[in-house]
Amino acid sequence: MTAAQRQTVASAFEQLKNHASSEWKGLWESGRPVITVGAATCGRAAGALEVLQAFRDEVKRQNVDCPVIEVGCMGHCYSEPDVTIFKPGYPPICYGNANPVIAERLVKEFVLGDDPCLEFVLAATEPNDLVPSFADFPRSQYEKKIVLKNCGQIDPEQIEHYIANGGYAALAKALQTRPEGIVDELKRSGLRGRGGAGFPTGQKWEICRNAKGRPKHVICNADEGDPGAFMDRAILESDPHSVLEGMIIAAYAVGARHGHIYVRAEYPLAVERARTAIRQAQKLNLLGKNILGSDFSFDVRIFQGSGAFVCGEETALIESLEGKAGLPYHRPPFPATHGLNGKPTVIDNVKTLASVRHIIENGAEWFASIGTAGSKGTAVFALAGKVVNTGLAEVPMGTTLRQVIFDVGSGIPNGKRFKAVQIGGPSGGCLPESALDLPIDFDSLTEAGAMMGSGGMIVLDEDDCMVEIARYFLEFTQRESCGKCTFCRLGTRQMLEVLGGFTRGEGSIEDLDMLMELARDIKGGSLCALGRTAPNPVLTTLRHFRDEYEAHILEGRCPALMCTELITFYILPDKCERSCDACVGTCTVEAISPNKKRIKVIDQDKCVKCGTCLVACPPQYNAVIKVSPPSEVPTAEKQAVER
Amino acid sequence: MRTVSLTIDGQKVTVSEDAKVLWAALDNGIYIPSLCSLRDRLEPAASCRLCFVEIEGYTRPVTACTEPVKEGMVVNTRGADALRLARTGFELLMASHPVDCAHCAANGVCELQTIARHLRVKLKAKRFKKLLRELPIDSSSLELVYDPNKCVLCGRCVWICRERLGIGVLGFAHRGFRRVVTTFGDAPLGESGCTGCGECARACPTGALTMKDHQDGLNKNRELAAAP
Repeated sequence: MTAAQRQTVASAFEQLKNHASSEWKGLWESGRPVITVGAATCGRAAGALEVLQAFRDEVKRQNVDCPVIEVGCMGHCYSEPDVTIFKPGYPPICYGNANPVIAERLVKEFVLGDDPCLEFVLAATEPNDLVPSFADFPRSQYEKKIVLKNCGQIDPEQIEHYIANGGYAALAKALQTRPEGIVDELKRSGLRGRGGAGFPTGQKWEICRNAKGRPKHVICNADEGDPGAFMDRAILESDPHSVLEGMIIAAYAVGARHGHIYVRAEYPLAVERARTAIRQAQKLNLLGKNILGSDFSFDVRIFQGSGAFVCGEETALIESLEGKAGLPYHRPPFPATHGLNGKPTVIDNVKTLASVRHIIENGAEWFASIGTAGSKGTAVFALAGKVVNTGLAEVPMGTTLRQVIFDVGSGIPNGKRFKAVQIGGPSGGCLPESALDLPIDFDSLTEAGAMMGSGGMIVLDEDDCMVEIARYFLEFTQRESCGKCTFCRLGTRQMLEVLGGFTRGEGSIEDLDMLMELARDIKGGSLCALGRTAPNPVLTTLRHFRDEYEAHILEGRCPALMCTELITFYILPDKCERSCDACVGTCTVEAISPNKKRIKVIDQDKCVKCGTCLVACPPQYNAVIKVSPPSEVPTAEKQAVER
Repeated sequence: MRTVSLTIDGQKVTVSEDAKVLWAALDNGIYIPSLCSLRDRLEPAASCRLCFVEIEGYTRPVTACTEPVKEGMVVNTRGADALRLARTGFELLMASHPVDCAHCAANGVCELQTIARHLRVKLKAKRFKKLLRELPIDSSSLELVYDPNKCVLCGRCVWICRERLGIGVLGFAHRGFRRVVTTFGDAPLGESGCTGCGECARACPTGALTMKDHQDGLNKNRELAAAP
């Protein structure tokens, strides 16, 4: 590239940047208050759109000059809908669990008046003397937001917001260097693919760059399918341009002409936001022909997948993009040399691509200084399950599981005991308390039998049965198996049969050995990564929670009282209140009736174990309990019903 | 055409440089169990997972149908790890295959019988639970009978019908355990546009697709060696 061309790119970007900055400044520096509402899917599910509308209506009614803007997910999904009010003279204050009534009050009392309504405050976003800020939360000690930096801070539908916050600067910088330099930068940064397998991204790009065949492709894999994982969706919804910028830089580095975002159709908001982002980028010549006046051209289209889990596997994804059924095929050849339409293709996960701009902007050394020896940068986790602060968290690689669950996630709700954490979805595994001090990175998790996966982290407490959890995940992979190869189609099915038997108290100890053998062979014999990792939940639970399996098989007992076939509901006679009929009225099958002393008794033959009585029994009595194995229920009580 | 030399089970063989290990072995009289492979299918399906072999320098068994030959390669088709995988795979297939050889038109020429003998596995192996699908038999075609229960989903028929013959009557439908070879819209073979050429039956390694004139206790009339 000549100096003149470099100059063209630099000045073209300078122009964009100036325009964006002035728009951004116009929003903030006019001395008026600004309200932002987190309205990604997580927020919308909690009612963010109603809150947004309530703010807009109230601002209009009160006739105040106060822009109300929609932003993405801040990561605090436990307190959605989240609203932040920026009022001059006050720190930016974030309010959790907002609703239309709170919205009206906030406009009247805080935006118009001077009462920050401390009763609704979640935290201030900056340290101050008025209200506690997020910096005072234990999680701020561990969090390091790189990929999630913009999420919840900017309007994802305004490209100017992105550019004003440093967006596309990396692209402009990249276009002024040689593509080899970009690949080299990525290699030196040590970035590994965030989709699960952890393949070095720079190396992948280099193979694709050196591969013969035109046109080359760049694919963004946004086919996030793990139960309990929502990182990719949140990023696409909250900061779509960061992904797009990563794709453009990748394309420039490998010499690709076409880009594809493969996103599930179940993510309509992500699809819409990505589409808007592409349109805006095209308009500003950040996509299309001669990007920013350079001689590099690249365009991106969106492909909506139908939601097959296996299509997250790169070869199946390519088949699906080509219009065929999404079935994986044998590798090698790898997509980097023979991908879409047989042409060299780079496939990267959303988080990988979203990291690229930061590496280009801040340099490989900066990125490599974060994380552990083998895994650089940060890990984005979707915290779900039995944890107080569900939501998104980004921590440097090497943070321990304990820090993520107990400090970032604030531990287990309702005073329950931690039992295990399920990492990496159906391909990952369950790690017990003894593994909590494990520093999280690609290699340590694989060693422990789990997997980084895409970043889903489901916390389980004492009420979760590990056999049932293993069965649940295996049922998922079995249902999502494409059925092409023998081991995955029939092997996981056989495993599921055995596990299902365990949860009903059937099976023998020898079945455990058979299960282990079969699991080992499925791992060794399957065609694609889906099958090769499908036994992980079973193997890890067998390794760490064998006693629970044995209780199911030998005693017909479910220690966590979760497997319905192995439990019985029982009303403790000395706790049951004679004058109370709460359970009788709620029982769906009329299985509960009072005896002569007006103590309620469950007819076990009628009971369908729905658990309604357990919920209905007033907390001051707490007379309904679950008993496992069912034979523990005193037989005298059964006879009482018969009389 | 350039050739390479490699050793399979101690036997030195010389084959074309673009051959795969599976065909290098089969062409030289060394049997490797396989259901889904077809010689002219250049991108192997690699779906039956039976042709595992061990190769010196590799950490784990690989499928012979996908492995290109290399000069000086040393292949062992009877390694313990490879055979273990093949046996498990085969037992899984048999656990979902109705074993009724005496009343099956493929009796005697069935590839499953050959593989069972080779791997020394019983056709009615006890390790896994019998999981049958109990699908209806399609005898609507004048020439063919299709019993989906006996199908091992190797995909030979689908590939031949679509790629080799360009007819495309047969295809796969559904996923996972419900995956099945069928016609467009599940139409009976007799109403599907099937030409009745019988190439699929000739390639079928089991008794899933058979010619009608070979049903009466006769063996499936196939030239086994030439079939793949």
